Amino acid sequence: MSESAFIVGIGMTKFGKHPSLDTEDLGVEAVLGALADADMRMSDVEILTAGNIMGGVGIGQRLQKQLGQRGIPVFNVENACATGATALRTLILAIKAGEADVGLAIGVEKLAGVGLLSRGGVHPSESHPSWSPSGRQGAVTDVDGLIGTESMPGTFAQVGIEYLAQHGYTGDPLELFARISVKNHKHSTLNPLAAYTKELTLEQVMGDLMIAYPNTRSMCSANCDGAAALLVVSSTTFRSLSLRQRSRAVKVTASVLTSDAWQDGCQALWDVNCLTRAAARQAYEAAGIGPEDLDMVELHDCFATAELVHYDNLELCEPGGAVDFFNSGAPWRDGKTPVNVSGGLESKGHPISATGLANIWEICHHLRGEAGDRQVAGARVGLAHVLGLGSSCGVHILEKTSVA
Amino acid sequence: MTSTIEGPIPLVDYLRLGDDPHLVANECKSCGARYFERRNACPACESTEFSVVRVPTEGVLKTFTIVNVAAPGVSVPFVAGVIDCDGTRVRANLVNVEPSPGLVSVGLPVRLTTVSIGVDELGVEAIGFGFEPTAALQAPLPQAERDESGS
Repeated sequence: MSESAFIVGIGMTKFGKHPSLDTEDLGVEAVLGALADADMRMSDVEILTAGNIMGGVGIGQRLQKQLGQRGIPVFNVENACATGATALRTLILAIKAGEADVGLAIGVEKLAGVGLLSRGGVHPSESHPSWSPSGRQGAVTDVDGLIGTESMPGTFAQVGIEYLAQHGYTGDPLELFARISVKNHKHSTLNPLAAYTKELTLEQVMGDLMIAYPNTRSMCSANCDGAAALLVVSSTTFRSLSLRQRSRAVKVTASVLTSDAWQDGCQALWDVNCLTRAAARQAYEAAGIGPEDLDMVELHDCFATAELVHYDNLELCEPGGAVDFFNSGAPWRDGKTPVNVSGGLESKGHPISATGLANIWEICHHLRGEAGDRQVAGARVGLAHVLGLGSSCGVHILEKTSVA
Repeated sequence: MTSTIEGPIPLVDYLRLGDDPHLVANECKSCGARYFERRNACPACESTEFSVVRVPTEGVLKTFTIVNVAAPGVSVPFVAGVIDCDGTRVRANLVNVEPSPGLVSVGLPVRLTTVSIGVDELGVEAIGFGFEPTAALQAPLPQAERDESGS
């Protein structure tokens, strides 16, 4: 048994287009970065948890073939956009159970140029020899676009519009969500590893290509390539490290994974709220803190509409108060609770399986005081959140270690 | 060899056609939760007994989006949303309304209607469904007024 888990090494590639690198190249770069940061080698690693969705079977073993094969257990995990957080959660289960003292979590994805993700069914515009009912709804053709939308921008657009309607918002939704996107794009200008680092005006965001109202293109997460890796150790190993290693270590005070409990109406629209609320509650309880104690948050802004509802789901504001919270300036980098100072998924990018580790990479930099120009002054506690449709939610709370 | 042209076929088996088109749901006999697809057990209460029930054809729009960019093969733009039909939430397109944010809003009363999906190579038509505004949203302005306001 280990009381706690400590992140002692972090590595991340630049997010963006890497046409000359394959999935393994990206993963190796992140892992070598984490090992160097921790002053460790693959031969120190006792367990590997690995996340990848688009690149084929067995990413963990494929990475070992480029890094070092020593027969350690490999857990290849997949939980949609929460895959990276699931890799870390799995690793921490093993560390806290006492099965391993040193482990590595890696998430990697090649997603540049993939475009709008879809299931690729046969649509009515294509030829049908004869209508033939199939599946659990007896559908005679792909129903995306005929019975609502299965697109991610459209799904999360409905989540945001529903929230505004529930709480009596009377302003222009497009303008509100565009302002959230302006914040994240502004933040990204200080992050050298972000896929996009261009500041955008409100007019540019509102006037960009409309994908699914009210989400324009610049309010959507950017498909890109990237990888992130974390080296995690037990309390025992932590105590054996050098003063320098310990002083840069980050303590994981909460590691929570939830799935979507049944809700009335969840077959009509994916529930992204209840499982996030449940994960946040469990995480605050485990860490023994409240949302008011957070110095920074990296949350899953797969779309600007998602960021708004997660202010509320993570209890960063009063129930129903997400719009007021945003309008107060709190989630800006110099605000009360900075949110997505990395630029978020909208500008840093969203290489699916890397995302849930990259947000922790970001927070570790701030807690170490190594975030450079975008440093959140005096950051000691941070929360990282991801949400994968289907659904899974990962929440991790991280604290700066105090070493005498 | 004779080929029989069948009547229209519903897009999904929970759409019932005929003189009175409506949706049906599999209702859990234990807790009353409703599902538009076949379920092995009720995810709300684990019961395995279901009965088929009629879903009201009128409802209220609870949320929506206007999809402008979609997967290949999907016609855009269209309004997608969720309709509350007297307690049963239904995923559907909003039809017979201009896909404009100014003309669609949460709380809009809507009713079920059917739409043609297309005809297969045997000549059989597939019929889908959507929801349309119960009342006319905006009566067209008379021609004279339209000219005056046209600046």
